[in-house]
Amino acid sequence: MVIEQTEKEYMRSGHMGCPGCGVASTMRLVLKALGEKTIVVIIPSCAAVISGAYPNSVMDVPSFHSAFEIAAPTAAGIANALKMRGEEDTTVLAFAGDGGTFDIGLQSLSGAADRNDNFIYVCLDNEAYMNTGIQSSSATPENAWTMTTPAGRQGKKKQFMQIIAAHRIPYAATAAMGYPLDLMEKVKKAKDIKGTKFIHTLAPCPTGWRMPEDLTAKSTMLAVETKLFPLYEIIDGTQYRITHEPQGLPVEEYLKIQGRYRQLNEGQIQQMQKEVDESWEKLITKTKGCI
Amino acid sequence: MKELLTGNYAVAEAVRLARVQLVAAYPITPQTPIYEKLSEMEMEGKLKGIMMRMESEHSAMAAVVAASLTGVRTFTATASQGIALMHEMLHFASGNRVPVVMCNVNRVIAIPWAFGSDQSDSLSQRDTGWLQFYCEDAQEACDTVIQAYRIAEQILLPIMVCIDGFFTSHFLEPIEIPDQASIDAFLPPFSLPSRFDIHNPAFIANVINADHYMQYRQRTFEDMEKAKPVIKEVNREYEEIIGRGYNMIEAVNTDDAEIVLVTSGAMTSTARMAIQSLRDKGYKAGLLKMKAFRPFPTEEVQEALKNVPRVAVLDRNISIGKEGIWCQELKAALYPLERRPLITGYIAGICGADVSPDMIEGMVIDSLQRKETGELPVWVRRD
Repeated sequence: MVIEQTEKEYMRSGHMGCPGCGVASTMRLVLKALGEKTIVVIIPSCAAVISGAYPNSVMDVPSFHSAFEIAAPTAAGIANALKMRGEEDTTVLAFAGDGGTFDIGLQSLSGAADRNDNFIYVCLDNEAYMNTGIQSSSATPENAWTMTTPAGRQGKKKQFMQIIAAHRIPYAATAAMGYPLDLMEKVKKAKDIKGTKFIHTLAPCPTGWRMPEDLTAKSTMLAVETKLFPLYEIIDGTQYRITHEPQGLPVEEYLKIQGRYRQLNEGQIQQMQKEVDESWEKLITKTKGCI
Repeated sequence: MKELLTGNYAVAEAVRLARVQLVAAYPITPQTPIYEKLSEMEMEGKLKGIMMRMESEHSAMAAVVAASLTGVRTFTATASQGIALMHEMLHFASGNRVPVVMCNVNRVIAIPWAFGSDQSDSLSQRDTGWLQFYCEDAQEACDTVIQAYRIAEQILLPIMVCIDGFFTSHFLEPIEIPDQASIDAFLPPFSLPSRFDIHNPAFIANVINADHYMQYRQRTFEDMEKAKPVIKEVNREYEEIIGRGYNMIEAVNTDDAEIVLVTSGAMTSTARMAIQSLRDKGYKAGLLKMKAFRPFPTEEVQEALKNVPRVAVLDRNISIGKEGIWCQELKAALYPLERRPLITGYIAGICGADVSPDMIEGMVIDSLQRKETGELPVWVRRD
């Protein structure tokens, strides 16, 4: 797979994220896909750190650092104001982490999705509150170690795409930086659709996942190829389409490269494999229109 | 020509006349009729802007702040728990220096659950960097909302126009709604500069260091002070075009007064009657109506009360652990005076409890008989 490198970048070099940051790479790919006429909303998260502190910023498109729980209504306010100004050819993009999306921002995202306000929402899911130092969120998978779940999280990861699908927005998709063309194609597709678009990206955090910083892209590929994080689209909340056929590797391949799963025993790994297989079957059923 | 309107509808008419381009709102008693009326105007094509029907007041404020940054004229309205939920975003509005205008319909805050009028909801937002104006009646509310856009867009700070829940918001009053041509002359359709320039991208609300943060706060503080001459000039122009006006304070019979009663909001109208009755009975009583809370009109208050030996402050709010909020502010404003008046604070009308002219007369007479300033407020209830 060769990525065309001649296009202009809208995220300049010099970001303030950690080495190997999956959020930074994902932001870069999303902005590259959208191009110049884009306004970005960022909320307190790793994305805000990555953007840089005054007077420096890596963002080469107009950007606004808003409050934690309001990525969606902020983007919606800008989008509606652009409509009043007759500038609807500009895309409004909201970046939020898993905490800002699955937890504190859920109500306001639901409201905007219900109104079908015209913007793209990209959730940069690194599966914990990484910006405040690795605390559990409702996107943290079961058994994963964090600073607030030292014995491994007890609850299961919130099935967020199901919540989003229930809003019947025109476009929702999952994506991962290990599949950059798939990710960028989905972003470009979302750009051309009017209404609320949601893209759930798996954006690994080597620091919080306790893994070497050169495994970021590979870890997302293992998540996809083990069927743990399938790549798919949902049109109008009902039509599901798999965009990449996974190899079906054992889940253990994904788990074993991360220190956050170090404490797992054989039984727990088997249980996780069972649940991944079941989830995949349910997803396949949905692609066949049996919801 | 005058029409019979409630204060809430008068506010909605002002929003229409101001040619607001984006309204984001969430229903809450007693603000709801503003939201409903604006929706009706949207349906009839009278409101040209976009109505965003929000899922919370917090999101409503987020949306108007964002839209204002994008360069359009915005409005929202709230009350009580709604403004409490907005608290974080009120800081974002002033911090982003956006000219958002909001109507707050004063209502008690839980607990206990109740619905009556009480200024504690908006007064407890004192330190959020918003200008705050308190209106005596529906006519003033309508005129003040229109004036607020001129002021806010000049100084780039948000403005809260407050009216008393159920009294001003729901009572029918004869109101003169200005004609569109006059308001267009006073407040021309206006496009704010968008802070999102594709050709010159900037990062808004970036993380800054302590020095910059303090400079920014100082600058905002100084700009709030600069609002005072702007408020006066805008009111002068409004008076010229529309024929009505309201100053930051209104002093009635204060020059020779032995006692001045300080009021705000709808209770001022009742106090006008009480003060007149006291004058008729031979008491040298005066009235000071407070309209501006932020910026606080310190100089004007000092000038009006510099020769007054006694001041009684009537508060429909309470700061638990201290006293009424207007009373605290009055005491602070009058402290630099060479001859400080004896100041007594009265708490009355909390949760819309009845405050009759008789009760107000009683407060003034009580205040005249006091030998020293009370540390604690006097609670006045009709038993």
